[in-house]
Amino acid sequence: MSQMTTERSPSSNGAATDVIVELASVSKHFGGVHALEEVSVRVERGTVHALVGENGAGKSTLGNIISGVYAPDAGKMLVNGAEVRYRTPREAARDGIVPVAQEIKLVPQRSVIENVFLGVESSKAGFYDRRELRRRYEELCRQTGIAMPAGTAVGELGIGAQQQVELLRALAREPKLLILDEPTAALTRKEVESLFQIVNRLRDEGTTIIYVSHFLDEILEISDNITVLRDGRLVRHSKAAEETPASLIEGMVGRELGLAFPARKPVEASAPVVLSARGLASQKIKDLDVEIRAGEILGVAGLMGAGRTSLARLLFGVTPLKSGTIELDGRELKLRSPRDAIKNGIALVPESRKEQGLVMPRSVRENLALVHGAEAAHGGFIDAGAEKEKVAGLMDRLDVRGRAGDAVWKLSGGNQQKVALAKWLWTSTRLLIVDEPARGIDIGAKQAMYRLIATLADEGSAVLMISSDIEELTGLSDRVIVLRQGALSGEFDSANFEEQAIVAASFGESPTYSKE
Amino acid sequence: MSTNTTEAGRVESQAVSRGVSLVPLLREYGIVFGGILLAIALTIASPQFLTGTNLSNLLDQWSPAAIMAAALTLVLIGGGFDLSAGSVFALAGVVAAKLAGDGAAVAILAGVLCGMLVGAINGMLVTVGRINTFIATLSTGFIVGGLALAITNGLLISVENPTFLKLGQETFLGLTWGVYLMVVVLVLSGLLLHRTVLGRRIFAVGGNPEAAKLSGVPVEAVRFFSFTLMGTVAGLAGVLQTSRVAFGEASAGGLNLLFNVFAIVIVGGTSMSGGEGAMWRTAVGIAILAMIGNAFVLLNLSAVYQQVFFGVIILAAVAIDAWGRVRT
Repeated sequence: MSQMTTERSPSSNGAATDVIVELASVSKHFGGVHALEEVSVRVERGTVHALVGENGAGKSTLGNIISGVYAPDAGKMLVNGAEVRYRTPREAARDGIVPVAQEIKLVPQRSVIENVFLGVESSKAGFYDRRELRRRYEELCRQTGIAMPAGTAVGELGIGAQQQVELLRALAREPKLLILDEPTAALTRKEVESLFQIVNRLRDEGTTIIYVSHFLDEILEISDNITVLRDGRLVRHSKAAEETPASLIEGMVGRELGLAFPARKPVEASAPVVLSARGLASQKIKDLDVEIRAGEILGVAGLMGAGRTSLARLLFGVTPLKSGTIELDGRELKLRSPRDAIKNGIALVPESRKEQGLVMPRSVRENLALVHGAEAAHGGFIDAGAEKEKVAGLMDRLDVRGRAGDAVWKLSGGNQQKVALAKWLWTSTRLLIVDEPARGIDIGAKQAMYRLIATLADEGSAVLMISSDIEELTGLSDRVIVLRQGALSGEFDSANFEEQAIVAASFGESPTYSKE
Repeated sequence: MSTNTTEAGRVESQAVSRGVSLVPLLREYGIVFGGILLAIALTIASPQFLTGTNLSNLLDQWSPAAIMAAALTLVLIGGGFDLSAGSVFALAGVVAAKLAGDGAAVAILAGVLCGMLVGAINGMLVTVGRINTFIATLSTGFIVGGLALAITNGLLISVENPTFLKLGQETFLGLTWGVYLMVVVLVLSGLLLHRTVLGRRIFAVGGNPEAAKLSGVPVEAVRFFSFTLMGTVAGLAGVLQTSRVAFGEASAGGLNLLFNVFAIVIVGGTSMSGGEGAMWRTAVGIAILAMIGNAFVLLNLSAVYQQVFFGVIILAAVAIDAWGRVRT
């Protein structure tokens, strides 16, 4: 991919380095989870500085601290050598720090030019100064080489063009430091190249760029300096010229301390196939086969947006199949809703317990009884005694700390996650799908989740476990498949689990690459 | 995890709950204390308040609104909203008045079925049609109100069928049948909401529709049910009103009634954002609004300010609720 020649500005060769932003031992926690722990970074003026790491390594959190979205819990931040404490993104913007968000945040009904200058309009006595705005717009277009009709409604543009509008919007704020978070995820190769030309031009004019991306080739191509993060900690700083995709992957993969995985029974060769999905296709999945045997945990690796959650939603009847078949215990299923899936013994612990898994204002008891509670009822009336007993049993089994009558939001994240899983254990399940089962919870709760998932498999359920945590995948799964852009990009047996090869496959690197 | 840490965790959580004293109790039951204080104040301020005649009149007067409030509680908890209930009330009353000559049972049934039909249409618009709840019920409210007007030509339809008038006028043990009907509707709605699987599902759909759907709850069916129930009950209340006053009119109900019904539920403490609330709260809300209205009459205050006062009470109730909701 290096056929594109980029001229590097000589600024990074200067003797005295001019630092625009410096973070010193910055930490950030969300609940009990360390998103960043004592990370120090120096960003030199006039360079492209890349942040690299797996999902959840802390890249976006770091970007959000610099742009004033989050305040750090500990540590210092210096901008142009002076300590700052931003409370809002507006304060950061005053120092010329402007983020371009991962998701597009434009007003789709309004025109390109209105979106670009939203909040920084030129005006005369409170009236919109069309002529001046037009002049500024043409100036921006000339600077960047972007040619975009000013009057078109943003909603009518394609994703690539919208991203360019987003970029123009950031540039209209005359940034000294531009933060690009996954700017290329939705772009075609051609659009990526034009983005890179703009980035290079901006750098040559003295703008500093922080570049967050999952695409290692792109990072090596565009950046001067690289910071590698893992589990919220700094791994190393280096010059892009000194890194290769393999060396970056090696840096990103590591082991979390103090985590032990339950011992697993090997899946017997004679174990019957529980789930057999053939030729699955939807908007985000391309012709995928998935097979899971009784007692088997199948791990699903991949980057965000690789189609892992889409796979879960297909198998759970949330989104309809475009083509393909799903068989459970040899019977073909026609799933029109989650209700159908549940009737057939499929369970899903979704990615976000707060938004999808639990009814936060309701009690632990009501949440646990939501799926199968009707079974503890007579003629539609709840049998309070039977329900109480069942709920107590489930809470005990997962060691849920809290009272059955408490609203779920009062519980800690780990206990909430236990409830989100426990509600499926009211009856036995054939296929358990867990999406990021241990994200954002403490180690104790993680281990409780792992133990239970392993027990369910040992009892004969098939388990599909989606995770961004490579250790979790290799520690718990019997087999791991890797998805990339909706298709299979690697498959590994527990006998030959190679963490770096799995990560490499999810980044689209050749899975055959070997470690020295 | 050893049993030790488990024990520690349990003990700790209990200690925490014991440590916090009056605040959560006030937050949960503050509205009850408020109601009791109001009752005491009224008893002291006016010797007429705590008399059988006054209280039975008060209950009778508020029974139609209270019946509707019971259903609206279900709708709001389920994350819904209904602006058409006032017009449904009027239409059902008018239809019952028109048909009263054909027999009491026919009139009552027709009124209630009318309400059920409009409720079901609301339910279809919101679920199958995916129309915004506010807009759907605003539109049906206009349509239904207009139909009531068309049926009456803007005139009163007086009712003479004595059997039909018994419902709202005959008393049993000092109370009108309307009051008993109110109690029955409140109790049945309460049982439905708090004791049945369907009730649980209404809470879940209002609290987090996505989680409810992923838990196999037929979200659209639950929504449809709550709108249909609202329509049916509003129809019943309209029929009762016609029987109480012995005539049907298209302007019965109207905005004032609708506002009162919403006020009852909100003052009681049921959340407008869904997923939280209780039927006993609505019962308390009825008592409070009825007492405030009564106070203006008994104390000879200008009725002009009654609405101002209702507004203040609603704001106060919601403010207290918001204050209690500040979650860490």
